[in-house]
Amino acid sequence: MNDDKLIIGGHEFNSRFILGSGKYSLELINAAVENAGAEIITLALRRAVSGDVANILDYIPKGVTLLPNTSGARNAQEAVRIARLAREAGCGDFIKIEVIHDSKYLLPDNYETIKATEILAKEGFIVMPYMYPDLNAARSLRDAGAASIMPLGAPIGSNKGICTKDFIKIIIDEIDLPVIVDAGIGKPSQACEAMEMGAAAVMANTAIATAGNIPAMANAFKKAIEAGRTAYLSGLGRVLESGSSASSPLTGFLQD
Amino acid sequence: MERTNHMEYMPGMEQLDSDIMDKVISAMNDYDYTKYTEQDVRIALNHDTKTVEDFKALLSPAALPFLEEIATQAKAETRKHFGNSVYMFTPLYISNYCENYCIYCGFNCHNKIHRAKLNPEEIEKEMQAISKSGLQEILILTGESRKMSDVEYIGEACKIARKYFKVVGLEVCPMNSDEYEYLHKCGADFVTVFQETYNSDKYETLHLEGHKRVFPYRINAQERAIKGGMRGVGFAALLGLSDFRKDAFATGMHAYLIQRKYPHAEIAFSCPRLRPIINNDKINPKDVHEPQLLQVICAYRLFMPFASITISTRECARFRDNIVDIAATKISAGVDVGIGGHGDNEQKGDEQFEISDGRNVKEVYDALTKKGLQPVMSDYIYV
Repeated sequence: MNDDKLIIGGHEFNSRFILGSGKYSLELINAAVENAGAEIITLALRRAVSGDVANILDYIPKGVTLLPNTSGARNAQEAVRIARLAREAGCGDFIKIEVIHDSKYLLPDNYETIKATEILAKEGFIVMPYMYPDLNAARSLRDAGAASIMPLGAPIGSNKGICTKDFIKIIIDEIDLPVIVDAGIGKPSQACEAMEMGAAAVMANTAIATAGNIPAMANAFKKAIEAGRTAYLSGLGRVLESGSSASSPLTGFLQD
Repeated sequence: MERTNHMEYMPGMEQLDSDIMDKVISAMNDYDYTKYTEQDVRIALNHDTKTVEDFKALLSPAALPFLEEIATQAKAETRKHFGNSVYMFTPLYISNYCENYCIYCGFNCHNKIHRAKLNPEEIEKEMQAISKSGLQEILILTGESRKMSDVEYIGEACKIARKYFKVVGLEVCPMNSDEYEYLHKCGADFVTVFQETYNSDKYETLHLEGHKRVFPYRINAQERAIKGGMRGVGFAALLGLSDFRKDAFATGMHAYLIQRKYPHAEIAFSCPRLRPIINNDKINPKDVHEPQLLQVICAYRLFMPFASITISTRECARFRDNIVDIAATKISAGVDVGIGGHGDNEQKGDEQFEISDGRNVKEVYDALTKKGLQPVMSDYIYV
């Protein structure tokens, strides 16, 4: 399993843990990345271009792939504009599309996300759209040129786990792109569950940012994600729904 | 003095076809906070998502004994939505001319204070001085004078602000939606309008002259701002003017109904209490003591966990530093509520009210980091 790589847009990664950089102290980013073993870190472009007294970009360790997101975009057009700004700001070609025009639940708008994906993929971006787990939308995203699909487990920041489990499983089964479970994952066990299901990676932020010990929680997630991946690759054993196998099988009458 | 009908629009004021005011007022009139019990508060605390009934219970006197529990829950919600980020900004007053007679306000047209208005060069100088402190967000304020601080004048200030700041907010007189649209194009994206009190009878006795007297035009300002393309709108009652529980409830309902009607709009609350002003040092927030203020702020947080909550320099450093660790997410620093006076610039006009926290940007920044909070200068992009 040593050559088990996560491949997104032709880029190879060993880690399957995508870490967020928001909601916690800048000085802890380095330790979190290190303990998470993360090779991809997301950041809100709106935070990065701030020219802040303490610019978040200065705190992200070198060698880690930046995944800027378009948070703040309310429609496809705004997402496209933010993505282009990210590229101009030197954040590379990866872009996580977030199109949200719901200030309460922060649920993504799949329709606008598909439109933005199509435009940005044509411009050579490696597009990773955050989406509500709908199979038809996932197919459209794939056709529009997405490099991965990032369905949500639960609303951002809710730490509620994979409430959309069955629908994410459908997307994993049907879409031949890396499916990365994003948003809502609150505990390492839930991250493990996503990986056991066959998710290609897990993205988490709030669960780590709101932990008592941020680097330690990042490490717990790393281990859970690795365990889940190994379990998936090993082929999970069967689960007996009714406690045991029937002693008189239904097909026992067959003679010929 | 003959008082005009405060419920009647003046010529030129845009009238929206909206039922939000009626809904807010009738909900407020129906709110009897004395009927809520300990049991109602417990039920509210047990709900993951707080209903309007829960919000009522949390604002009631029955909730005061639960303040510690409420604050604990508020802190957890704040962390979930904002992590440890606290946004910093400063207000910039560019003119203190006012045509209104609001008896509690230092800028009121009959109060004898030094009046002044900054010209564009002076605005630029002030903004340069402020941006040197590291701040990236500015809130432009004026007294409410259509003559001395008209839309074009405010628009010019917004354009200058865009050169020095990432985030430009406005706290100026309510306008028509096309005027908000113009100011949005000039670079502003957030509009805050204090309703002061939602009790229209009380409102009438406090706002004796000027366009501000028109209650419905003011209450519909946020909706016009959103129609004009603004990203976010802020709400506030000036606590202490009237029955603060009813006013806080109405403020929350107002924001709640706007968010339901315009789901994309970003929602913000301010929580000002009455302060002394020049020529009247007796003004005080009456029955809104610190525990009540904390109760109101936490109730806003639990009812609308995603909303931005600003804590003003009307409160002292001790209260502010603690409230950003619980429920508030935005704090001002380096505040001067007079006209001019940032950096080496000379103050030209008097203050709106007395502030209680005069710390500069660095002092507030350091206080936040000392508490384990992350000061954020901007998390916003103008698109």
